[in-house]
Amino acid sequence: MPEARDTLMPGRWSGFSPVTFILLVAAGGLILSSMQSVAPSPKQLVDGVPGMVSLVDRMLPPNTDPAFLKRIGLRIVETFQIALVGAAVGVLLSLPVGWLAARGITPFGRGGYLVKAFVSLLRTVPDLVWALLFVATVGLGAVAGTMTIIVDTVGFCGRFFAEAMEDSDKEPQEALSAIGASRMSILFGAILPDAAPSLINTSLFALEKAVRSSVVLGLVGAGGIGQELKVAFDLFQYKNASMIILAIFVIVLVMEYVTDRLRASLQ
Amino acid sequence: MPDLLEDTRSGLLPENVITPLRQGEETTNGAATILATSDLRKYYDRATPVLQGIDLSIRAGERVALIGSNGSGKSTLLKCLIGIHPNSGGRVTVMDHSFSRLPDAGQRRNIRRSTGFVFQKHCLVRRRTVLSNVVHGMLGTEGSWRGFSQAIAPEAWRLAALEALSEVNLESFALRRADALSGGQQQRVAIARALVRRPRLLIADEPAASLDPVSGRDVMELFSRLCKQHGITLLFTSHDMAHAREFSDRVVALRQGRIFLDRPSADVTDRDLQETFDA
Ligand SMILES: Nc1ncnc2c1ncn2[C@@H]1O[C@H](COP(=O)(O)OP(=O)(O)OP(=O)(O)O)[C@@H](O)[C@H]1O
Ligand SMILES: [Mg+2]
Repeated sequence: MPEARDTLMPGRWSGFSPVTFILLVAAGGLILSSMQSVAPSPKQLVDGVPGMVSLVDRMLPPNTDPAFLKRIGLRIVETFQIALVGAAVGVLLSLPVGWLAARGITPFGRGGYLVKAFVSLLRTVPDLVWALLFVATVGLGAVAGTMTIIVDTVGFCGRFFAEAMEDSDKEPQEALSAIGASRMSILFGAILPDAAPSLINTSLFALEKAVRSSVVLGLVGAGGIGQELKVAFDLFQYKNASMIILAIFVIVLVMEYVTDRLRASLQ
Repeated sequence: MPDLLEDTRSGLLPENVITPLRQGEETTNGAATILATSDLRKYYDRATPVLQGIDLSIRAGERVALIGSNGSGKSTLLKCLIGIHPNSGGRVTVMDHSFSRLPDAGQRRNIRRSTGFVFQKHCLVRRRTVLSNVVHGMLGTEGSWRGFSQAIAPEAWRLAALEALSEVNLESFALRRADALSGGQQQRVAIARALVRRPRLLIADEPAASLDPVSGRDVMELFSRLCKQHGITLLFTSHDMAHAREFSDRVVALRQGRIFLDRPSADVTDRDLQETFDA
């Protein structure tokens, strides 16, 4: 009975409604029209090549003057300090924040969503915007940078800590609650031990992220090595700039190596 | 304990031999009632009643097996008894604390303080030591916050935990991580956790269900022996009819939300069991 089978056969394009089709065409049109106004034309690309070559030419060789290197070295230390302090404080703050935001665990009940929304706000505002705000409030320098990293870390860890706690094993928590344990005892006795690997992993990512953003915070005057980079470009000292870019490269590489090793040792 | 009760009833022993337990109202049998329900009702949603009027009375020191088919409401009954779920009607009296919907905060604390629980499985904190898991049993008692890890727990609690562990023959595993133990060993740790604060009532929901036949029997024997030894009242559910008859003094069967059968284990016939599980 081929007819009967035909009617049972699911359509090949089921779920591909006219609405979907119209939306796809509209999206395609939007991309094409945007391309005209912002994408580089082939001519612009070709014309840019000599400029690029001359820039690279002016950047080489990188400046290795000892006095300059010493200044850069101090800035690198400052960058690490911003990242380390910012990430550490941020992770510590994220623990209670994540707890308050975790569905089914927060003492606020439904109010946990408000905490989650707050964390999302911290996360969705870009770090450079936070840096601008803090430079405007506490002034130029590393303190503004550290505050930026703290806020950024809470935005990141707050969310993932909450999720790790939500995913933690429910049975032991119920067992402890049946025993009569308080919320705090359940948090420290069952939730945190179970979520610990995930919390540590997230914290290491947060540290990596903190190093990466502390490198660029200086562009808006929030301390660290980015500040030197901005000065170098502003004053057309391209040989300094190339040295700084190399230094940034090394910083990020070292950081990734270290956190990878830490993660591996935790497994 | 049951022998003692027997003797009290026949007038051979003075009443005060068992009064140290002193569990409230006297029943006609002379032994104190530790747990009673009257017309207990429970539905999760109005359309489907789960418990439809349970009248149950358990005397101190009794070991009661609760049986019934899947979904007959055994776990629900256990949870209603200690106020994990709110009751929809009727009254529950546990160790002098009488409540209708839910016990109030003070009652709940008192009930849970003198009740131990053992669940089917997964009830240990996996990444903590065995000793920490047993110390957890002290949570909910006075000054409880230090009980979340053995490392910072009061010395008396650690000693009590170690003693409870030796009762289940696991003292040499004290500092192992809980998830490094076999299922049967984990269940014994859970029993130690339930025993550590010397409860008067022990409630166990299918304690042997995830264990192989030999470990399951070991665990049930352990339960039965320790409860007898310490005069603890035991209420457990089981799908293993041999366990239900052998390790209890009394069998209570639920069927369609009502008590279908309630008699001494020795008198339970195969026919009774068959009718309990008949569709
Ligand atoms: N938390 C809950 N929310 C809604 N319905 C529930 C809940 N817990 C149990 N039920 C329902 O109540 C009924 C009784 O469940 P219960 O778990 O008490 O049965 P049980 O006798 O313990 O069964 P089993 O032998 O399978 O453990 C079932 O129909 C179940 O679907
Ligand atoms: Mg059940």
